[in-house]
Amino acid sequence: MMVNQIDKMGDKNTGNTPTSYELKQKKQARQRWLLLSPAMTLLLFAASGPLLIVLVYSFLTAGDYGGVVWKFSTEGWFSVIWQRDIFSDVVNLSDAHIRVLLRSIKLSFFTTILTLIFGFPTAYFIATRSPERRSIWLFLITIPFWTNLLIRTFAIMEVIRNEGIVNSILLSLGLIDQPIQMLYTDFAILAGMLYVYLPLMVLPIYASMERFDFRFVEAGYDLYANRWQTMRRIILPIIKPGIIAGSILVFIPSLGAYVTPRILGGGKSMMLGNLIELQFGQANNWPLGAALSFFLLAMVMIFLLIYIRLTAKSRNTHV
Amino acid sequence: MFKFIRKGRSFNIQHQPGFTTLAIVCFVFLYTPIFTMMIYAFNQGDSIAAWEGLSWRWFISAWGNQQVKETALRSLIIATLASGISTTVATMAALATTRTSKFRGQGLVYAMINQPLMVPEIVTGVALLIFFALIKTATGYTGLGYLVVAHTAFCIPFAYLPIRARLEGMDLVLETAAADLYATPWKTFRLVTFPLLAPGIVAGAMLAFVISLDDVVITELVKSAGQDTLPTYMLGQLRRAITPEINAISTALLAITVFLLTMFFILNRKSK
Repeated sequence: MMVNQIDKMGDKNTGNTPTSYELKQKKQARQRWLLLSPAMTLLLFAASGPLLIVLVYSFLTAGDYGGVVWKFSTEGWFSVIWQRDIFSDVVNLSDAHIRVLLRSIKLSFFTTILTLIFGFPTAYFIATRSPERRSIWLFLITIPFWTNLLIRTFAIMEVIRNEGIVNSILLSLGLIDQPIQMLYTDFAILAGMLYVYLPLMVLPIYASMERFDFRFVEAGYDLYANRWQTMRRIILPIIKPGIIAGSILVFIPSLGAYVTPRILGGGKSMMLGNLIELQFGQANNWPLGAALSFFLLAMVMIFLLIYIRLTAKSRNTHV
Repeated sequence: MFKFIRKGRSFNIQHQPGFTTLAIVCFVFLYTPIFTMMIYAFNQGDSIAAWEGLSWRWFISAWGNQQVKETALRSLIIATLASGISTTVATMAALATTRTSKFRGQGLVYAMINQPLMVPEIVTGVALLIFFALIKTATGYTGLGYLVVAHTAFCIPFAYLPIRARLEGMDLVLETAAADLYATPWKTFRLVTFPLLAPGIVAGAMLAFVISLDDVVITELVKSAGQDTLPTYMLGQLRRAITPEINAISTALLAITVFLLTMFFILNRKSK
């Protein structure tokens, strides 16, 4: 950049013929796009472009055996929430879809709350260790984070099975007479998502906790604040950006979760991701699947926008 | 407060009641399932619930399983190609987008690079399923290329971010000096920029490799018949009666992950 500025000063006097500075900038721009083009082509081909096709498909008619018929229809979008009685054409709210939708939102919400309840004290605990110890604890959080999601889901499945360790312990303690059926329930999905997404909450909170200056807390105590007051009035407001980031990082993937509900919900407890996949599999209703995909995408975008708004605000008030 | 002093303990300003307990509960919660899974991988018996003694049996059985070998090899091929290509294009993209003044289309470029991080995997998977179905009927090609392209695309942000972070921390002075000494841009890149950037590139490639190796959702939707990767094969197995063989495979994968992570940490520390 400095080089450019020097060039610019030297070329100040030339008229409306392209200066060497302008030529250089043009060359730079060309080079930039040349360097960017392979990545952009790949992303356009296998990420952004296909999304537009999904949007188009959501307005087509479903083929009898999967695929689409190229005829405009809003049936796909209509079926997201409503259903038409096959015999009488009466329009009703689709109970099955609404149940799945509400379950997705409910489970994602509780996952976020629970990860926060466990994740915040954990991040606090790590951040208050000595610097050498810190990296060890942090490493212990990152191992599950980088372990295959499938393996982690499988691991939690083994623990909450009827013959699993939780039921075995409860049985041997005499607290229950027969195993509690946890697998294939909403509880199983919640436990699985809590397990899988917990590191996503701990890491961003730790990142803002790490820079926290405990002299603020000391000052609080000097001014006769108690522990709860220092937490609520000093620590929480300062690390709020980390909490918001963690919540969004947990909530958004929870909303679109597919593997965890598939394994732990066992087909009975479906979430939005499974409902979408179903339309491209057994249900053979591609336009509905496409509409549901965009519905999910829209929800995600709304939460991302809220996040951006929130962080922009907190940045304004703090700096 | 005085109670603490009387006990001979100083007042710890960092202490919050119950936090340490919750943190320990959290670590126990994170590691109990993993350890349970690992222990049963060494089970002598056929069950993942009843312990019947120590043995390597299931590791040997997994190693001898033709399908495991085949799908693991496919996973490795896809991950190698995807991480190689995505790291190359991400390096180029990082060179183009860092250390320059704002340019037109910058927002769009960032949005596109980060798209795989923001759009739910199931949506990307469905989009690719539709798009590739169109191409399949148009060209008749049903090879592994679709999976490689899909994996490459969603690996790009993971390769891009560490490389960009490294570039942003680098000093421009050395490159300017090289240019002053009449090095051509290519020579400057090869002899100055690239060696300095290498730790970032390695980190990016490793992240991309792990991300590709782990993917279930997109692969499950994009794959044609007979193109199972190790994770989608395991997903299929979970629907049947589960034997400790799955535990053995998972434990082996976990060991590889921990090894790569440790390397990653060491690399990061050295480069600092």
